[in-house]
Amino acid sequence: MIYLTRKCEFSAAHYYYNPAFSAEENQRVFGKCANLDGHGHNYTLEVTVKGEIDSTTGFVVDLKQLKDVLNDEVVEAMDHRHLNKEVSEFAKQIPTTENIAIAIWNRLDATLKVAKLHRVRVYEMPDLFVDYYGEQ
Amino acid sequence: MIAASHRLHSDRLSEPENRVIYGKCNNPYGHGHNYAIEVTVSGQVSLSTGMVCNLVELDDCFRQEIMERFDHKNLNTREEFADRVPTTENLATVIFDILKREFGAAHLEKIRIEETQNNSFEYCGDAQLS
Repeated sequence: MIYLTRKCEFSAAHYYYNPAFSAEENQRVFGKCANLDGHGHNYTLEVTVKGEIDSTTGFVVDLKQLKDVLNDEVVEAMDHRHLNKEVSEFAKQIPTTENIAIAIWNRLDATLKVAKLHRVRVYEMPDLFVDYYGEQ
Repeated sequence: MIAASHRLHSDRLSEPENRVIYGKCNNPYGHGHNYAIEVTVSGQVSLSTGMVCNLVELDDCFRQEIMERFDHKNLNTREEFADRVPTTENLATVIFDILKREFGAAHLEKIRIEETQNNSFEYCGDAQLS
């Protein structure tokens, strides 16, 4: 089994706000992230796929196809967007890095036919990241 | 880190198939990368040295077995790739197998190779990434 990791970046705006909470509760739970004017991050996404090496091509996955899927499903959908307002998964879900990782996993799992997903890692900042391995 | 050239081309495929599958990596003149290689070993910490293995020995082994073979070389010309395409997937398995054979002072867990800033490959032999 060999593992390949492809990295890409997207920059997006978001805020954390749960309408079921009062304004004070939102402020207490989410702090400065609850500012409804929003703020943004440069996110770095690392997608790891796994499989056996094809004996003819020497590849575990066609990198161009993987790159295209990442571009279509993640970069086009999320780069320079407001996650709360423009990405359907976050219409009713708070776009925390945890939920972003799960949303990206689900998007890729549904469309990535060329390899098996192993891990989605999303860096919100250089010193904070989330790993998701799908439902286990 | 090893700096090496390669060309991705399979004799089992036609010229047009090679061009479609490998794209610009099929350029007949080849191209190159700085491959950043991470070697992970494991073991118990020695009571007398406080080390899991002697890093100087690991460095020496890596230099002799990997750098000497592949650094500033054309991977396609190496015997290790006589029967396989020098993709980074295959480079990872080749390096893992060589170090597994040549470095006995600790358990070889994993080889990780960064081919570019955006693409990296990991191989743990028969084991799987946890």
